[in-house]
Amino acid sequence: MDISNYLYLSVALFTIGAVGVVVRRNAIVVFMCVELMLNAANLAFVTFSRLNGNLDGQVASFFTMVVAACEVVIGLAIIVTIFRSRRSASVDDASLLKR
Amino acid sequence: MNANNLIVFLIALPLASSAFLLLSGRKSDKWGHLLATAVSATTFFIGAYEFFQMHSRSSADRPLTQKLFEWISVGNFQVNASLLLDQLSICFVLLITGVGTLIHIYSIEYMSHDQNRRRFFAYLNLFIAAMLLLVLGDSYLNLYVGWEGVGLASYLLIGFWNQKPAYATAAKKAFVANRVGDVGLSLAIMIAFTQFGTVSFAGVKDGAPHASPAALTALGAMLLLAAAGKSAQFPLQSWLGDAMAGPTPVSALIHAATMVTAGVYLITRSNFVFDASPTAQVMVVSVGAITLLFGAIIGTAKDDIKKALAASTMSQIGYMILATGLGPVGYAFAILHLLTHGFFKAGMFLGAGSVMHGMDDEVNMRRYGGLAKAMPITAVTFGLGYLAILGVPPFAGFYSKDKIIETALNAGGTKGILLGGATLLGAAITAFYMTRVVVLTFTSAKRWDDKAHPHESPILMWLPMAILAIGSVASGFLLSSGSALVNWLQPIVNAGHHEHGEELLKPLVVSLLALAVVAIGVLTAVFKYRSVPVQAPEKVSVFTRAARKDLYQDSFNEAVLMRPGQKLTSGLIFTDNKIIDGIVRSFGAVIAITSTSMRKIQNGYVRSYALIMVLGVLALIATVWLVTL
Repeated sequence: MDISNYLYLSVALFTIGAVGVVVRRNAIVVFMCVELMLNAANLAFVTFSRLNGNLDGQVASFFTMVVAACEVVIGLAIIVTIFRSRRSASVDDASLLKR
Repeated sequence: MNANNLIVFLIALPLASSAFLLLSGRKSDKWGHLLATAVSATTFFIGAYEFFQMHSRSSADRPLTQKLFEWISVGNFQVNASLLLDQLSICFVLLITGVGTLIHIYSIEYMSHDQNRRRFFAYLNLFIAAMLLLVLGDSYLNLYVGWEGVGLASYLLIGFWNQKPAYATAAKKAFVANRVGDVGLSLAIMIAFTQFGTVSFAGVKDGAPHASPAALTALGAMLLLAAAGKSAQFPLQSWLGDAMAGPTPVSALIHAATMVTAGVYLITRSNFVFDASPTAQVMVVSVGAITLLFGAIIGTAKDDIKKALAASTMSQIGYMILATGLGPVGYAFAILHLLTHGFFKAGMFLGAGSVMHGMDDEVNMRRYGGLAKAMPITAVTFGLGYLAILGVPPFAGFYSKDKIIETALNAGGTKGILLGGATLLGAAITAFYMTRVVVLTFTSAKRWDDKAHPHESPILMWLPMAILAIGSVASGFLLSSGSALVNWLQPIVNAGHHEHGEELLKPLVVSLLALAVVAIGVLTAVFKYRSVPVQAPEKVSVFTRAARKDLYQDSFNEAVLMRPGQKLTSGLIFTDNKIIDGIVRSFGAVIAITSTSMRKIQNGYVRSYALIMVLGVLALIATVWLVTL
């Protein structure tokens, strides 16, 4: 199978994620879209690793996963806290910093 | 006591008395004037003692110096605060303290109804101290301190009744005009320092023969500017007429007898500069000749008795300045005229004050008339001063003014004819306007209304007038018999070995000529003022109108100096506000507008931030892609 298809898939996933971040209001969904973008990047890394025949890309994707795991912990904690205090998970409602 | 050590008391006593009277406040109201008068009299006695001591010494030993302290000491440059009492200074010391004391006595009565009389006397003492410092300083810098001091005292006394805005303005005008002259003096000091490395009279005198002519001319011109400011000479003459806003004793002391003659003193003291620079001498005689005619012409049209006398003062000082420009022999005659003028002009001013005192402070001569009957003593003393200023023998002016006319005529060539003509013409106009003053005030029919009750002034006022009148009669003869003053001043001004060259006219001829023009002036005035309308006539020639307006000196100053200055400042303010500040402000405005519009991006919605980020990344990628393409 042509290896470039993996890259197309990666681009498609990234785009879906990016559009999701911009258009969706629910913080959980936005958060999932961010994960999707990260994983699209991971897929691209792995693909390039395969393409170049070395392991650099795979190592980078591990780092990304670690960072993503940390981010999930902190991000979910923030979302839960906001939901508890404001009874809403909408990102548009959480615009207090401006005021 | 050593005569040397007494000199400082001449200055210290009136200065201390002035400070005491100003600081002690109302407590000394009752006796402040007596203290001030006693101090002034004491300085006169010290001056007289010094004079007799000096007179008994031989000519070479006459000058005395007293070093007070080291004032400035920078590297090689040293100025001591030290006093020099020589043949020239002592003349001034006696004039200042003598006339000053008489005027103190006169003011006791004249100012008796003024609740600020104590302050007035404090200022008078301050003036005496400053004026004595001016004539006793042994360097230009010491003189400068006194020079500024008399300017301050003059300002304070002209504006003594400063509750009237016009009087306060007059004081300010005098101060500003004097400042212009003061700039000249400070420049002269700087020139002396750069050229000679010293500012003492002796040092400059030693250095003058070796200095370049250009430097000496510049020095002379700056000294002349200083003299013009202080002595109300052309082109800085405009302040003297307004200075008559001050109480009349002030006009007599400061603006007739002493302070305004400081310019003559300065030029005489700097004779070594002017003798070495013919160009500067030409400037001096020109200024003198212009001013003597200028003042005389103004004097013919003034209805205010004090302003007429002020114009006369200006004119007479013009004579003195002219004389100082005529070389060694001229200095002595200038001082001679200065001393006699000090007597007769101060006397006439006090007479004018006495008339005002009797006429409820009316100054308009058209409202006087026939006062000789009501005020016989004033009329007689004024009349003696009048004869003296006319130069009628044997009164004082005859000895001093004729000498100046004679010296001017004998200056030689065209210069002699021009200057002699100017002085003779001045003498004729002087005779005209002084006769006008006397006729309008004392002899013509009475023009005052019944509310006025003219009466003779009390003895404290007429006694000083009488003493000054005696001076107006006798001083000329005493000072010039056997060339007394010329010989006395000879070591200072080197007049002795000056030989009269070929004389254009003999002294007798000059005197007759002068008397003839004076007679013409007197007769013209008597004829013209047979009857005097109370209202000044409106339909007058253009010349009379110009003279009434002080020959447009104020308009000239306003048009040439004041308005362009105001334009310049308003232009600078505009440039500063609109252009310089405008550039800075427009920077600020641009940033403010930009940030106001940019602020809308900060809307607080996470999703819009995310969108901007995405767009930014896309733009970045597009840029990189386009660049690498």
